[in-house]
Amino acid sequence: MSDTRVEAVAPPLDSQGFLRWAWRQLTSMRVALILLFALAVASVPGSILPQRGNNPLLVDEWIDQQPILGPLLDRLGFFDVYGAPWFAAIYLLLFVSLIGCVLPRVGHHWKAMRTPPPIAPRNLDRMQAFSYETVDVAPADVSSHVSQELRRRGWRVRTGSDAAVDGDPGGIWVSAEKGYLRETGNLIFHLALVLILVAVAAGGLFGWRGNVIVKEGNGFSNTLTQYDAWGGGRLATADSIPPFSFTLDDFDVEFERSEAQRGAPRLFEARVAVQNEPGAGAREELIEVNSPISIAGAKVFLVGHGYAPSFIVRDSSGDVVFDDDVVFLPQDGNFTSTGVIKIPDSNPQLGFRGLFLPTSAIDDIRGPHSVFPDADDPSVFLSAWYGDLGLASGVPQSIYSLSTDEMEQIGLRALVPGQVWEFAQGEIEFTGWTRWSSFQIAFDPGKEAALVASVLAMLALTVSLFTRRRRIWLRARDDEQGSTLVGVAGLSKSEAGDVSEDVRAVQQIAADHIAGRKAAANETTSNDDRKSEQ
Amino acid sequence: MTDGGSMSLAEASNAAIYATMVTLTVAMVLFAASFASGRRRTTSSSSVASRETAEGSVAVIDRVDTAVAAEPGRRLANVAMSLTWLATGLLTVGLVLRGLWAGRVPWGNMYEFSISSAWGVLVVFLVLSTRRDLRWLGLFVVTPALLTLGLAVTVLYTEAAQLVPALKSYWLVIHVSAAIICAGAFTVAASAAALSLVQSRREQRGLTWQGVMASTPSTEKLQTFTSRIIAFAFPLWTFAVIAGAIWAENAWGRYWGWDPKETWAFITWVVYAAYLHARSTAGWRGNRASWIAILGLVTFLINYFGVNIFVNSLHSYGGL
Ligand code: HEM
Repeated sequence: MSDTRVEAVAPPLDSQGFLRWAWRQLTSMRVALILLFALAVASVPGSILPQRGNNPLLVDEWIDQQPILGPLLDRLGFFDVYGAPWFAAIYLLLFVSLIGCVLPRVGHHWKAMRTPPPIAPRNLDRMQAFSYETVDVAPADVSSHVSQELRRRGWRVRTGSDAAVDGDPGGIWVSAEKGYLRETGNLIFHLALVLILVAVAAGGLFGWRGNVIVKEGNGFSNTLTQYDAWGGGRLATADSIPPFSFTLDDFDVEFERSEAQRGAPRLFEARVAVQNEPGAGAREELIEVNSPISIAGAKVFLVGHGYAPSFIVRDSSGDVVFDDDVVFLPQDGNFTSTGVIKIPDSNPQLGFRGLFLPTSAIDDIRGPHSVFPDADDPSVFLSAWYGDLGLASGVPQSIYSLSTDEMEQIGLRALVPGQVWEFAQGEIEFTGWTRWSSFQIAFDPGKEAALVASVLAMLALTVSLFTRRRRIWLRARDDEQGSTLVGVAGLSKSEAGDVSEDVRAVQQIAADHIAGRKAAANETTSNDDRKSEQ
Repeated sequence: MTDGGSMSLAEASNAAIYATMVTLTVAMVLFAASFASGRRRTTSSSSVASRETAEGSVAVIDRVDTAVAAEPGRRLANVAMSLTWLATGLLTVGLVLRGLWAGRVPWGNMYEFSISSAWGVLVVFLVLSTRRDLRWLGLFVVTPALLTLGLAVTVLYTEAAQLVPALKSYWLVIHVSAAIICAGAFTVAASAAALSLVQSRREQRGLTWQGVMASTPSTEKLQTFTSRIIAFAFPLWTFAVIAGAIWAENAWGRYWGWDPKETWAFITWVVYAAYLHARSTAGWRGNRASWIAILGLVTFLINYFGVNIFVNSLHSYGGL
């Protein structure tokens, strides 16, 4: 075992010697232990500081608020801990150490499984508190029966006999070993950890994921341009995106209405019609929070939802310049939502900032806000602007923000469904609302392998930890009085092992055998008696 | 049970949990009294004598199991054990009633998860106690269970409600039930590890504090006991983490996202892996390993309390 290695105090000075020394250090149990601790400690900051991968906005906010510490931590990778070079260094070293430690053990174990157990120690019968049993069955009889029975029970058995030497009477011995699965399990477990790492890495390199918002009644087709956000691994290409599409036919939500946890979401489900590729037949599918659907290797998850209020805008001559549902983004648990409407085609250009309240309320402190997430009493608060939307400048604009630098405000108004607000430049009608849901579409080619490898690791680990590697010995010899002395002892090779049960079992095997012999002998005797009576 | 005057299921559940706490308090006092009145054992031999050889320890047979003389503390401990069984029964009733009232598994918020964890601690202890004499450990298991319950009913209490959709999955049942048993096992292991540290100081200083710690097993036995429990709990925790990853994949589209809750589950896993390593590393086997076992429980508790309450995580379902 690697922990029995002698630890070098100082590294040798020649380079080859140094490398060998360094390798031995790296693959020692002590360094593995230190690296495990390092991994645990290095994981902590990522759970305290916001991380880019999970919450980029929070990261920016944090850096803004801490002008000195923020950028420094950013440079050191503390906002992307699990992708940081120092984090990678720790786990890569750990895995190099693991491979360097485990591979040689595979070889040793392979050999050990093919070699019979070592011969029984002579000093077995000189052990303190060791008591012989004296029996009336020949030594060879006991030992051959016990070794047979042990083999049957899955022990690896070796038998032999020692000639008497001075002070030691010798005799027949059985040496048996069991629990090789402990090391087998241990090795498979460690190698499966390597497999997990490889699978996770493959998923990261070839996988991709994207987010998209789809309004009720609208469709989505799987091309890069349709995503609101898309990210792929280094080796993911546009070709790896299958050309499927789907339409969001219907989206249902329900919220808790009773007093306890009022407003908590209880159900959301999206009914979609899916086409695997253009021209293929459509099939109906239901996507719920915990049940994504699978399309052409990619998985489609329902991750969020919100409201899209509907508006019709007419210009001053009464022509319809806009007629659509507009995605508003929820700002709180009760779906107080904000959004903007931009109408570049009217003259002058019009823009609106809006607040949609599914269940409206207004107070002095919070202003207009929603008090329940379902649309029980919807209304919108609009501020209208005219002028130049600034779209011609070529700088891309978010569809969720309105730049009013070049615009004049027309006014503010609250509307309920069906109401129209007329102003000098035209009018806007709030016609109703529909819902949208957001989907995450993910492709991770490594996840099945990661699952298989983790289950393998878990099973191998369980086998390893629940198996005890142990040896037992039996020695039998003639005593001076013509009976047989039988001794049994055991050795646990696993840490904290207890072999007393095995020792007892061997005694039991021997005892049963002897009892069986006696019974058989009695039977023959009584048969003989009966014969002689006749 | 809904007509006027009689208790609702929720009230009945609360009553059962208060009854549990009263019973456990008595058990704790008795365990403490028994612990304090512990005497040095008269027995010197156990069922297996062991002896060190070059290869490890060799066990030799000794079929005589010396009966342990009755001691004053033992009778108290026996009563305390029975009370612990009773309390666990009451707590089971409380949990079942809570589940019936909510119409789902009783693991929807921190209150429910806390009482379930206390249940896990007691059940792991009682199941182990059917296989070996664990009266010496009673005080150190009943006390954390009682503290958890106290925290649950005072700080964490939440009216039952349905689960938010992200929690509605049979993976919840699998993941959380594994985590509850692990909570129990990690707590029992950490208690035994802490005791082993105290015992080891006592052994080093040559049997001072004879009265209190003398009826507790030797340092080595305590360490072995700790490692056995962790050897059982570690694969189960591995399972809980895998089940959680499958659940996350189903709910959020990725099986691992380094969300704070996931990160701390990972840290706990790594710390217990380090514990198992330490048990096979020269110089780390003894007290250092015991410290790691305690550290493991600390990371588990940080994940549970710290992350649920202080950190904005996808998993923050605390209901506070
Ligand atoms: C990813 C990092 C690692 C993890 C999570 C890990 C985990 C574990 C666990 C849980 C055990 C106990 C299970 C058993 O005995 O079957 C174990 C045992 C062992 N590990 Fe690791 N290990 C890691 C890396 C390493 C490395 C780098 C080495 C070599 C330096 C190593 C060498 C060993 C050895 C020799 C044992 C067996 C101890 C015994 O015989 O009881 N492991 N490891």
